[in-house]
Amino acid sequence: MQETTANQVAANATSSFTEHLQRQRPDLLPFGQLPFGQLPFGQLPSGQQFPAGNPASPLQAPHGTTIVALTYAGGVLMAGDRRATMGNVIASRHIEKVFPADQYSVLGIAGTAGIALDITRLFQVELEHYEKIEGTLLSLDGKANRLGAMVRSNLPMAMQGLAVVPLFAGFDRPAGLGRLFSYDVTGGRYEEQEHHTVGSGSMFARGALKKLWRPNLPERDAVSVAVEALYDAADDDSATGGPDPVRQLWPVVYTVNRSGAVRVPERELAAMAGAIIESRAVAQREA
Amino acid sequence: MTQQFYVSPEQMMKDRADFARKGIARGRSVVVISCHDGIALVAENPSPSLHKIGEIYDKIAFAAVGKYNEFESLRQAGVRYADVRGYSYDREDVTARGLASVYAQSLGAVFTAEQKPFEVELAVAEVGPSPEEDHLYRLTFDGSIADENGFIVMGGQADKVSEAVAAGWQGALDFAGAIRLALAGLVADKETTTLPPSAVEVAVLDRGSLGSRGTRRAFRRLEDADITALLAEEN
Repeated sequence: MQETTANQVAANATSSFTEHLQRQRPDLLPFGQLPFGQLPFGQLPSGQQFPAGNPASPLQAPHGTTIVALTYAGGVLMAGDRRATMGNVIASRHIEKVFPADQYSVLGIAGTAGIALDITRLFQVELEHYEKIEGTLLSLDGKANRLGAMVRSNLPMAMQGLAVVPLFAGFDRPAGLGRLFSYDVTGGRYEEQEHHTVGSGSMFARGALKKLWRPNLPERDAVSVAVEALYDAADDDSATGGPDPVRQLWPVVYTVNRSGAVRVPERELAAMAGAIIESRAVAQREA
Repeated sequence: MTQQFYVSPEQMMKDRADFARKGIARGRSVVVISCHDGIALVAENPSPSLHKIGEIYDKIAFAAVGKYNEFESLRQAGVRYADVRGYSYDREDVTARGLASVYAQSLGAVFTAEQKPFEVELAVAEVGPSPEEDHLYRLTFDGSIADENGFIVMGGQADKVSEAVAAGWQGALDFAGAIRLALAGLVADKETTTLPPSAVEVAVLDRGSLGSRGTRRAFRRLEDADITALLAEEN
């Protein structure tokens, strides 16, 4: 009798907010009601089918686009443009797709915006919950694995065309360096070196980063490189928004270093974006 | 079939209450003080890792005396309650009043229905934009709840400690003053006149955390070095 009680207590002890929700309030999870690992192919977790359920009529929902991340001397940074699209329509010019996950990590999300924003919120609570229950921060690899598990839980939705692809970056305090992780829709986690991009404009941004990035960039130069890579992505990808001097909209940029994650102020970004636009105009070239 | 002896409800409740009181009286004290800078939580606790004070949510902290396993399970339940509530509604919708009422109900249910009552006493503190908007709730083992003004003292020698704190308490205290007052209170029942920082656990709910540290999480645990530095400030 005593042993079963002890086993029960041990089995119920969890530091994971997601696990707690799965047991107590599965309806609150952004990706339906199934525990990790159970995948009802061709069916939504709640049992209903998408209209027709075929790729000929994909569900119309806003999609977030380009995220870039790169390492620099003493840390890592992440930047995202401000556009969400729905087919050929611009769904939002103001959307923010890069968020602080906790004090020492940030994540950026490309893909179906509604699910992505909820997964972000869940991930933020997951990390804070662990910290409060355990009294210590999760390791950077631990955080990256948790995010991978969440992306995998979303696989049934991804198979219906509602994929979410995050990019995760954080400062590894014991190792003393910034690290980057990318994911595929099945939750596969890949550590990236130097820089990485996700989203519809990622090809163009990556091309730009290959030319602009160099080892041990100072922080300010690194922010400028990220803004320029997004500028190039917006130049060739209609779903990525460039800097918008008319509405005073600039990319969202977070830097993460030993002292934590900080959002780069708007006025600095405005100056950098202005300088990039000016240098391109002065060069008087096609691109 | 065995016949149970009749015990009157009055007697049963009294026995349970005496049992819980005895358990709590064995513990060391905790002081929670609302002051100008925020709320200071000070516990006499030689362990650096088994905490009596914990963070629940952005503006809400928890302090307890009594049996560790019992108040630790209540603390974790509180964190889960607050996180689920904040996730399903909004962060602003998590309040100390809601949490304290859930604690009161669970303590009350355990007191009447379980084999033995919880031998704990809890404080739930919420820091507001101004000292007048701070909330301090005291919860006792039987589920009774009290809305306290200014400060809460719980634990073994609560009467003596409470007297000492009441004598020095004023709303204009800063953190250094509040922690100094709490430490002075905690030695009221002892022969020594000072407690070393390693013998206490100190945390604060910082009223201006968003402005000064750029975080909405007001809770901050003070390390031994922080305590020494803070107390040395005006000495």
